[in-house]
Amino acid sequence: MSARAHETSPVGGEVFTRPFILLAAFFALAMLVVAYRFAVGLGPVTAMSDAYPWGAWKPFNVIVLTALGSGGYAMAVLVYVLNRGKYHAIARTALLTSALAYTSGVIALGVDIGRPWNFWRLIFVTTWNLHSVLLEVAVCISTYIIFLWLELSPAFLERWAQGKPGPFRTIAVSWTPRIERAFPWIVAMAIVLPTMHQSSLGSLFLLAGPRLHPLWQTPLVPLLFLLSCYLLGFAAVTMISLLSSATWNRPRHTRMLAAVMQVAAWIGVAFLGIRVLDLVWRGQSHLLWTFDQYAAAFWIEAVLVAVPSVLLLSPSWRGQPGTLFRLSGLVALGGSLYRLNTSLIAFMPGDQFGYFPSVLELIVSLGWVALAIIGYLYIVKRFAILPAAAAAPASSRG
Amino acid sequence: MGINRRSALKLMMSAGATATAAALPSPADASTVAPRPDALGLLYDTTLCVGCKACVVACNRANDLAPDTGWSGGLYQAPLDLNANTKNIIKLYQQGSDRSFIKRQCMQCLDPACTTACMMGALTKGEFGIVSWNGDRCVGCRYCEIACPFNVPKFEWTSSNPRIVKCELCRDRLAEGKEPACTEVCPRKAVIFGKRDVLLLEAKRRLEEHPRRYVPKVYGEHDGGGTQVLYLSHLPFEKLGLPELGDTPVPQMVRDVQGTIYTGFIAPLALYGLVGAAVFRNRKGVEKAAAAAAEKNEEAGV
Repeated sequence: MSARAHETSPVGGEVFTRPFILLAAFFALAMLVVAYRFAVGLGPVTAMSDAYPWGAWKPFNVIVLTALGSGGYAMAVLVYVLNRGKYHAIARTALLTSALAYTSGVIALGVDIGRPWNFWRLIFVTTWNLHSVLLEVAVCISTYIIFLWLELSPAFLERWAQGKPGPFRTIAVSWTPRIERAFPWIVAMAIVLPTMHQSSLGSLFLLAGPRLHPLWQTPLVPLLFLLSCYLLGFAAVTMISLLSSATWNRPRHTRMLAAVMQVAAWIGVAFLGIRVLDLVWRGQSHLLWTFDQYAAAFWIEAVLVAVPSVLLLSPSWRGQPGTLFRLSGLVALGGSLYRLNTSLIAFMPGDQFGYFPSVLELIVSLGWVALAIIGYLYIVKRFAILPAAAAAPASSRG
Repeated sequence: MGINRRSALKLMMSAGATATAAALPSPADASTVAPRPDALGLLYDTTLCVGCKACVVACNRANDLAPDTGWSGGLYQAPLDLNANTKNIIKLYQQGSDRSFIKRQCMQCLDPACTTACMMGALTKGEFGIVSWNGDRCVGCRYCEIACPFNVPKFEWTSSNPRIVKCELCRDRLAEGKEPACTEVCPRKAVIFGKRDVLLLEAKRRLEEHPRRYVPKVYGEHDGGGTQVLYLSHLPFEKLGLPELGDTPVPQMVRDVQGTIYTGFIAPLALYGLVGAAVFRNRKGVEKAAAAAAEKNEEAGV
């Protein structure tokens, strides 16, 4: 979109900084583990078992990280559906975060599944089991990644269009008007697809039936997952924006981010309200007072969402960038824990079984995070993602 | 599958239960899911099993699985549970004076959670109601393991080309006119093979004949929507590791919830239309507001 041209600009500067090289080295280490995993299978590398078949990779790299990467979706709803154009300045930061989180999540999935070479068969509609929630998740996430990068493509196209003559410039010149024409329908797709799969990520666990603890097993799980993806998406965008502004000396947009987190705070309150009403309605609220590990997991999760949400409702608390960052962090932790509880911690295959991730498993998990950060560092330096520096270097106040 | 009806029928005749069961009136089937008319299954009776594990050995041999000798849980339990090398197992339950053996294998649910979970239908319920696995359709996601309330499907954790392993009621042997390996070798007929309705009648006959010998219930008649493998026991079933599932099939909740949201795919399409229209309408306004905000931002230096 042409209006963005002066809103955002590349950071520029050296790409191969020390943090970049360290992250790349860690990612390379993770790739060695991945090579080993493909040679010997999942067993020797991970702590997964037939009782805990999903271990850390799906719950963390897909179920939690795509929610933290839901900022692009959440901001698109805010900007385009609710017509709040003023948030536009951080739209690209949100989109890039989403594109990287989802892309790393899907690559992680390709390493997690045992027979990835069969995944391509999904392009044939004849293979689809329409009763499978996982089918919907797999198809929607794969398609959404394409739409995410399309939604972000103006950032690349506008740079290539101004670059040296060559294939990139040809592509940029011919595709820019097409993308612009199709943009509303790309955005609409990039809103519908995550609405579907972020809720369905929760519905996956309906099939676990009595093997998911009743504090989490509810027919409302798709709604709770949808709300939690907004919560996590907004919180992550806020944190990443504040961090980026501090790192590269960009305008902080604290007021705008505070407004975003005010929306998130109301979502947090609604999330908890629905959570409690659901427990009462299902007659399971007594489980909150059993003081076992599940009740503890619930309380930690609830407090981590409740406390920052309530504080963020107050303008004085959310007005300070440091406080805003920390409160967003707490919201992100609480929302992530809800998803981790549903997908792993509250899963009860039997008392005789246990699970704790292995070191190699964690290295791979974090390797995908490193990949996403490397991608972020490179792209913000070369393409117009972050809000442009203020014309007048007046004050650094937030 | 090359199983013809006649060979299957012959098997049912040989199941031993047929003669007595046929004399009894057919019970009204009250399970939520109607079993397929050709549904085959097993009936296991804890009061007859002596724990010799001949069925475990026979199963391994019939399915070309190396016996799992790696991990033992004491004198009897070896291996501890079903795994990628063990489709069928006899476990010992011992608590005070309560003792029982229990055979575990795929229950061949009438309404299986695993086939509902499986996104490309690698697990399907086919002829005779047998749930079987097709490697070409499996991506190894292990969602079937999350879904199965009986902890049955197992994954080959130490393979670079892993399969999902579970009892398929020896469907290859059925095709040759043989019965499953486990029922063939059982010296006490503690586990017998046959048509599910015949086995159910036989189970009820035993309950009627020896009311004090058994817990008054056929596990699997209605549990989890009903299963094709049925159990009789002298101890409460949950003590033996058979979960209390109620009569509702496990996939029912997900069908109710997702069915409400996605019937006819109308809601997602309507949402797409509405969102598309909203974005189209708001686009110009968003651009203007964005430009204004950027300008204001520059002035204020915020």
